[in-house]
Amino acid sequence: MDLTWSAQDEQFRAEARDWLATNVPRQPLPSGDTAAGFAAHLEWERALHADRWSVVSWPEAYGGREASIWQWLIFEEEYYRAAAPQRVTQNGIFLLAPTIFEFGTKEQQDELLPRMAAARDLWAQGWSEPGAGSDLAGIRSQAVRDEQAGGWRLSGQKTWSTRGAFCTHLFGLFRTDPQAARHRGLTYFLVPLDTPGVTVRGFDRLDGDEGFADVFFEDAFVPDSAVLGGVDQGWSVAMSTTGSERGLTLRSPGRFLKAADALVALAGDRAEAATDLLRDRVARSWMQAHAYQQFTLAQVTDIVEGRPAGARSSLNKVFWSELDIALHETALELLGPDALVDGPWTRGYQFSLSGPIYAGTNEIQRNIIAERLLGLPRR
Amino acid sequence: MRFAPSDEQRELAAVVRQVLTERCPPATVRAGAGSAQVASLAESLAGLGVAGLLVTEDDGGLGLDENHLVSVFEQIGYAAAPLPLTATLAVAPAVLVSGAPDLLAGLVGGSLTVGADPAATGRVAFGSGVDVVLSGGFGGTGRIEVFDVSEATASASPSVDFALDLTGYADARLVATVDDPQVVRLAWERGVLAASAELIGLSRRMLDLTVEHVRTREQFGVPIGSFQAVKHHLATALLQLEFAAPVVATAGFELAAGVPGRLRSLATAKALASEAAHVVGRAALQCHGAIGYTTEYDLQLFLKRSWALESSWGSSAWHRAALLADLGVGLTGARPAS
Repeated sequence: MDLTWSAQDEQFRAEARDWLATNVPRQPLPSGDTAAGFAAHLEWERALHADRWSVVSWPEAYGGREASIWQWLIFEEEYYRAAAPQRVTQNGIFLLAPTIFEFGTKEQQDELLPRMAAARDLWAQGWSEPGAGSDLAGIRSQAVRDEQAGGWRLSGQKTWSTRGAFCTHLFGLFRTDPQAARHRGLTYFLVPLDTPGVTVRGFDRLDGDEGFADVFFEDAFVPDSAVLGGVDQGWSVAMSTTGSERGLTLRSPGRFLKAADALVALAGDRAEAATDLLRDRVARSWMQAHAYQQFTLAQVTDIVEGRPAGARSSLNKVFWSELDIALHETALELLGPDALVDGPWTRGYQFSLSGPIYAGTNEIQRNIIAERLLGLPRR
Repeated sequence: MRFAPSDEQRELAAVVRQVLTERCPPATVRAGAGSAQVASLAESLAGLGVAGLLVTEDDGGLGLDENHLVSVFEQIGYAAAPLPLTATLAVAPAVLVSGAPDLLAGLVGGSLTVGADPAATGRVAFGSGVDVVLSGGFGGTGRIEVFDVSEATASASPSVDFALDLTGYADARLVATVDDPQVVRLAWERGVLAASAELIGLSRRMLDLTVEHVRTREQFGVPIGSFQAVKHHLATALLQLEFAAPVVATAGFELAAGVPGRLRSLATAKALASEAAHVVGRAALQCHGAIGYTTEYDLQLFLKRSWALESSWGSSAWHRAALLADLGVGLTGARPAS
């Protein structure tokens, strides 16, 4: 056990903290899940990129700083501590990019990653369909081979695509071999949303923001270069992304440490409302946020030493999503009658409720934990 | 930054585990105080020199630190070893060095067994065979009294944990009083840490037993572990365990490094380890059905030990209150007593 940071890591932290202190907008931006707010967030993303803070762990050639995974964690901690804006680029940078690094061709990496880092290409996730939510392997959208044109023709519908109405590109799974068994015969495609035959319709999430979209494909043509990781290999390629989504790259501990600190501050500010029962709940959330941080440090050590997280990322997902809800529920109780006013805690609460649903419901995660980590029999 | 046990920690844990696997099967836990099995276990552990884990090499000890304490106590918990090891290994060294240095050699050599009663309840866990009792110092404040009980009158006190050997003493002889705040605090912190690590080990054991059970026990023609309701119980149990264990490791590191703000990690460690054991224990009992609801089946040995430890060295509610006070949003009314 050695829980001290190296001099370089401390220096990296100081540099990040300095930059954020100077550059984070004084006034919070409007929600990035609305058209106007999204535009404001893009400006912020481009400022991050200009000073090489948008993708710190990436190679310099793609706009990063080649920071270690430890430094990435440090950056995240500082980012949340500085109350910097939400990352509207997260689905590309945190979910798609790791997959491109692992499965993409050199051409795909050279072309796509710099544009993603610069927030020029904005990626939406295209996995869920009206008939395929938790049961991802049940997707029916198809890609039919067009030999003559050297590509594929896409048809079908994706839905609940986060910020899909504001994005420029979509990554998703399409069925390329209708005869194959469910998990086979799927292919991972990278699709510009301005492709003829693609229609996007935004719709409102529970909080009223236009954070979701349906994406319709009607015989939309994409070239062979739109395939990521090989035809009919989509399931295993996608699984690497779900690991990122469930695990630490989407929800770093910095986010919850910040929220726990904010909750403690709220209990102090609202001392009159903070009954001992509520204070006890504040302590629980604080402890869990720190437990998530310690767990993550152990997990990163494992990754650095060649023991990949694998199904253990399901532990992260269930834990942070349940923590996020508990934390916000306590905050709303502290706010009392003010909780019904639209504000950061109320917004945060509504968002936290999506945590046990997206990235694979917690029910599915618990199945994975039981079957793959504990070795219980599948049915 | 490296969040993983050192090779030295792993090796020590492996050696302790091997001794416990051989000398502390469930039959030994059942045999209890005064039995030949427990005497043989105590002898084997003494042979390893673990009693001197935290004693400096100059004083004949192993000169190790609280990181090692965590590794060792996870093993002790896994076996539910029926000996006053928290008191002897974790609490006694600092207290004896400060208040009764002439007893230290006996401790290191394995001839002196120590019990602890931090809340001064008059009851000492695994107490019938101890030579010395350390009383007081709950919460890391006040003073710790060192009693020689070798000539005192012992009386047994029934416990929820049949193997706990709760013992009271009348006419014990006070040999020293330790009121150095740093020593009292350190003794408490090490006791809390050892109990937390022990709870992690107990949780692992209960979960292992239950996983084994639900994979083999068949109802409706299939292993009950294939039912989603059972899977979800055990997934929740594993979650509790997996997020408590790292916090205990952090508390061990911070204690070893003397980090000034370690109260928060220690409080979190004990609170989450206690809750983990509680949730794992409930899931274990439920998933065993009536098979587990009996003293004949081994689960109770670990379940009841975990109950005993949840209520010792500060309950989870007590440690949450301690954290809140440190965060500046302390409770306004009555605080948990212990």
